[in-house]
Amino acid sequence: MATTTAPTSSHRAEAPHQVKHRPDRNYRRKQRWGWLFVAPFALIFLTFLILPLVYAFRMSLFTSTLATGNRFVGGDNYIKAFSDPIFLQGLGTVAKFALIMIPAQMLVALVAALVLDNLTTWASKFSRLMIFIPYAVPVVIGALMWGFLYSPRFGPASSIFGIFGLAAPEFLAQDNIFGSLVNIVTWQWAGYYMIIIYAALRGIDPGIYEAAVLDGASDRQIALRIKVPMISSSLVMVVIFALIGTLQFFTEPQVLRGVAQGAIPTSYTPNMYAFSLAFSYSQFNYASAISFALGIVVFVFSFFFLFLTRKQSGLK
Amino acid sequence: MALVTDTPQQQDSGRKVRGSASRNRARNGGPRVGSHIFLLILVIYFITPIWWLTVASTKDTAGLFGGSGGPLWFDSEFHFFSNLQGLFERQDGIYWRWLGNSFLYAISGGVGATILAVLAGYGFAKYNFRGRGAFFGILLGAVMVPLTALVIPTFVLLSSAGLVNTIWAVILPSLLSPFGVYLMRVFAQEAVPDELLDAARIDGAGEIRTFFQIALPLLRPAIVTVLLLSVVGTWNNFFLPLAVLSDPLLLPVTVGLNGWQALSNAGSGGEALWNLITTGAFISIIPLIIAFLSLQKYWQGGLSLGSLK
Repeated sequence: MATTTAPTSSHRAEAPHQVKHRPDRNYRRKQRWGWLFVAPFALIFLTFLILPLVYAFRMSLFTSTLATGNRFVGGDNYIKAFSDPIFLQGLGTVAKFALIMIPAQMLVALVAALVLDNLTTWASKFSRLMIFIPYAVPVVIGALMWGFLYSPRFGPASSIFGIFGLAAPEFLAQDNIFGSLVNIVTWQWAGYYMIIIYAALRGIDPGIYEAAVLDGASDRQIALRIKVPMISSSLVMVVIFALIGTLQFFTEPQVLRGVAQGAIPTSYTPNMYAFSLAFSYSQFNYASAISFALGIVVFVFSFFFLFLTRKQSGLK
Repeated sequence: MALVTDTPQQQDSGRKVRGSASRNRARNGGPRVGSHIFLLILVIYFITPIWWLTVASTKDTAGLFGGSGGPLWFDSEFHFFSNLQGLFERQDGIYWRWLGNSFLYAISGGVGATILAVLAGYGFAKYNFRGRGAFFGILLGAVMVPLTALVIPTFVLLSSAGLVNTIWAVILPSLLSPFGVYLMRVFAQEAVPDELLDAARIDGAGEIRTFFQIALPLLRPAIVTVLLLSVVGTWNNFFLPLAVLSDPLLLPVTVGLNGWQALSNAGSGGEALWNLITTGAFISIIPLIIAFLSLQKYWQGGLSLGSLK
């Protein structure tokens, strides 16, 4: 940063009383400026991240009943949460989503990006935008739309399957709702991830491909052995985003609940469970414990994933 | 570049390699049929729901249930304008109020979050102040904190401050964008050379002037990206307004339409709303699609910022 050795600035122009700058005073002045630039964000960061976290943690240590009022119970809410079959089932559900939905999104995004990277036709430029467009659709609207499309009354499924002489599957039935949700999320986010991966691919020096072609590498080999390893830091970042999003799964199942009668309970995911505990049953203390426990799970999983992939991600 | 034209691999696959002066990477000689078919399938998959919504917004309820054109084509009757009129009449045009609220929340939250991110990113990148490393480390951890896990405690905090059910309950938490700060710091470190800042200081510019006249123009691509990301984030947010707002007049369009859908599913004379939901949803997705299409040259480059270390 070379700040201390920089010639003292501006003493003529705006600070005539500070003619005798010493380097350390200049340094202190710049320290102050650094904090000034960061301060507005720091204020919001404290108010809407640190404070709610601390507050949630504190709330989660209490229990509140009409009979006894607010009572300190220590870790009881956490013991209750991690032995609550409903919460554990919700965690299991989002873990299952993470195992299936993230690879599905990554596969679509990566293959699409690799194909697009090899083409420079107008059709590929057009396709790139069209694949990305669902990201611009609000998640609620996306879920509403798919709710209509899945519906046996409104949707095109019966006519599309009818062409092949098949009966349309009941997308909103209990057995199929998992796949239907995976489809909505993949549709919504694969294009966004594709753009990030594509941008990383465009950043690779093309000279590398020429060398590979001279060595006799095929397109497939170039894609799998050169391109994918070189963009691994972007891939790690995209997986982290997807992981954080998936474990907090809320909007899509919440919206689809309305049309999928009975297939999605109010406690389908941990976030939905916390929401219904807080706003249907006014159990804010236990809901905070659930939220906080979920936050810890997400943090630990993301951190663990970053640790496992620390070589690829370039983070140390 | 054109030197590789005659390698056997290229002939095997029946393609001719053309050198491209502008983009050396172009090895796309003939039409790649397989790739294009693959892309066509993807495009159909990604665009069909939006096409369906476009068509559905022109139908009345009867047309939605069993119109002449089927779900993926126009009905014999065109009802878009009568649906629009329905949107103006239903509950005194509350839909437009919702749309206006969405704009208000997304723009104030997005612009605010971007301003904070630009200032903080620049501060982190260009000043070596005490506590910088520690704060940035906490911030990186915060990127991994699920923001929806904060909704319930934020609700309780806002409620104790008497802010629940006001516009501030949506706008203030939307100002928080740790990822935006991270992107901005990464970008500022690369794009704003220290030498340039020092030169400006030697010429007598103060820190604020240096920031506005030297750094800000250089940061523009990152600013557009962070702005778009935070506007989209606020526009899309469902959990927060669902939790902190109960006055129908304050809802953003997403929560409002979700309420209409719940009403329609409950039956009891709600069926008339299906056509308003589809038309309302169609109108609500237009602004962001236009924003993305018109600003694509900015955000496409900007989205790679975070991944390039």
